Amino acid sequence: MTDETPMKHPQDINTPPPPDAPADPSETADPGGPPEENTAIFASQWKLMWWRFRKHKLALFGGIVLLIFYFVAAFCEFFAPYDPNARDVTRILAPPKTLRFVDAEGQFHFRPFVYGYEMETDPNTWQRVYTPNHDKKIPVQFFHRGEPYKLWNLIPMEHRLFGVDEGGVHLLGTDQIGRDVLSRIIFGARISLTIGLIGVFLTFFIGILLGGLAGYFGGVTDNIIQRAIEVLICIPQLPLWMALSAALPGHWSALRIYFGITIILSFLGWTGLARVVRGKFLSLREEDFVVAARLSGTPETAIIFRHMVPSFLSHIIASATLAVPGMILGETALSFLGIGLRPPVVSWGVLLQQAQNFQVLAMAPWLLYPGLFVIIVVLAFNVLGDGLRDAADPYA
Amino acid sequence: MLNYIARRLLVMIPTLVAISMLVFFLIQLPPGDAVTSRLAELQAEGKDVSEAQIAALRARFHLDDPMPMQYLRWVTGFLRGDLGYSIVNEQPVNTLVYDRLGYTVLIAIACVLFTWVIGFPIGFYSAIRQYSVSDYTFTIIAFLGMATPNFLLALALMYLGHRYFGITVGGLFSPEYMGEPFSFGKFVDLLKHLWIPMVVVGMAGTAGLVRVMRANLLDELQKPYVVTARAKGVGNLKLIFKYPVRIAINPFISTIGWMLPMIFSGDAIVGVVLNLPTIGPLLLEALMTQDMFLAGSLIMIMSTLTVVGTLLSDLALAALDPRIRYD
Repeated sequence: MTDETPMKHPQDINTPPPPDAPADPSETADPGGPPEENTAIFASQWKLMWWRFRKHKLALFGGIVLLIFYFVAAFCEFFAPYDPNARDVTRILAPPKTLRFVDAEGQFHFRPFVYGYEMETDPNTWQRVYTPNHDKKIPVQFFHRGEPYKLWNLIPMEHRLFGVDEGGVHLLGTDQIGRDVLSRIIFGARISLTIGLIGVFLTFFIGILLGGLAGYFGGVTDNIIQRAIEVLICIPQLPLWMALSAALPGHWSALRIYFGITIILSFLGWTGLARVVRGKFLSLREEDFVVAARLSGTPETAIIFRHMVPSFLSHIIASATLAVPGMILGETALSFLGIGLRPPVVSWGVLLQQAQNFQVLAMAPWLLYPGLFVIIVVLAFNVLGDGLRDAADPYA
Repeated sequence: MLNYIARRLLVMIPTLVAISMLVFFLIQLPPGDAVTSRLAELQAEGKDVSEAQIAALRARFHLDDPMPMQYLRWVTGFLRGDLGYSIVNEQPVNTLVYDRLGYTVLIAIACVLFTWVIGFPIGFYSAIRQYSVSDYTFTIIAFLGMATPNFLLALALMYLGHRYFGITVGGLFSPEYMGEPFSFGKFVDLLKHLWIPMVVVGMAGTAGLVRVMRANLLDELQKPYVVTARAKGVGNLKLIFKYPVRIAINPFISTIGWMLPMIFSGDAIVGVVLNLPTIGPLLLEALMTQDMFLAGSLIMIMSTLTVVGTLLSDLALAALDPRIRYD
């Protein structure tokens, strides 16, 4: 009896509707809008899905945004104008500089520039006050040759996408000890974006393995796995994460903490996926094509991997995409609280930690910029996942 | 029906036992214990703590007993309604929880009301006006709301309130009312502060609700029975409210029970950022200082509420949806 009763995690309220939900009537009538009528009949499942997905403009856009983000994250040493740990004590909490083409006299410059800053200390409050100096134009150079660095810690390089010779180009301002916020966000992307992906791969692995075992063998195996899932689901997520990450030894290296946090994040995520996989296995086991394969003497492993897995893989990919933002938000929240990743590691959550202090935030609201990037990435993943889910079942 | 409830209650027992073991194991995981963190705190204040005092503290909380003994002591106390003693706060857990429960429940219920009052009508409207300009607008806002971490919204509101209205956002009362007895002025002051956590915590929930409500209703609106009813000339609003809406809200009823743990704890991170006197921040602090009875008991209460809430949801669903039968 309990097996049938819905027991989902509270988070499920937020998860979008089941795959067959919001189909536009015109879409169902048209089999994915192939260019020619005949090809639709012979096209493979994946091709049909692509045709369907392609129609979902917003999802396509989300996918492109994510590709750009991951590309920048992969080559962050090149894209960031500064080293993320380089400190400039003359520019502490400097506000963002605007990239300009038109100067104060209304003259257009082909090469973009920023104005230099004059810094004064307010005699009463001891606050630093920066005013743009309109006489000091600092031209921005592309493929600027600056401090030498190593791409991926391997390839020595000295060119960066953009930079200035002197005066500083802090497009998103600087933090309390004079580090460039934009560069730190770009470097942080590498950690924040991969933690979601690796976490989802782990979730995927555990979820499919256990869900598959439960669904395929049924009986005692199924029962044990089901009960374990129920227990895990009943424990509130954030406290569980916090208790686990508080248990990570303080002397661990940054890399080990990183993997530790990833494992913790996927420790809970697999339950939802395992349920989906189990359900699919249970229903597919009775399908005609599986019975036919079994009757014609196909070995069990071939039935599973050639016939059953492909028929629900697309659903799994869609739900995995929708699981990534949860992981990214989880890492951000844990790091923000100071129990996730710790400095000197740079992630978006670690960067937001600085904004926790209200006095600092009131003086330097640009420290909230990493949050903007979190929102963009999570948004892009949600939109992409939505599109994938709609495309996942091309025969619907 | 009674048979069904009894069976469900029976199944709850092993689940709760397993949860309690897991929770106990989890709170023991971090190196050190509450006495070591209390010691560090005392030493940071410059106080000298003798060996004898440490030993007395450890003996008092039975920290050197074998693990199973400690577990049994905790669980039996829990069953008697004694949640243990918070070593770091030097107060019984019951007192700590009792002090904060009122405000936590107040804020959480305000959030739930906000979510429903805003979420249901928007979701409904978006569904019946699918692909209209307002549907697109609400969809975009809903996606944004789901993508924004609550604490970020809280920080942004704090900044905006400070910058443009010159008010300090956070807490539940202005400084002049702190520690004052309850009066009408204090009540008005409370309302002035309450809307911020209400909006911040309610935002993500509202966004999710809008999305799900819209999708569920759209799903139902395409079903043949709706077409039939239309063909027979049933008025549009009457038709929608009488059938599809009733089915579309089922998923919410099946999740309504999960609100119990949320109402008990409140949002922990928002509580920290906005400096709210709720249970969430208490739990966070307990986990960080390894105040194990406090942390363990709070997590255990929340887990129990989840289990109970699920049962309540299932019962409510069965009562409201005549298609569901027990066997």
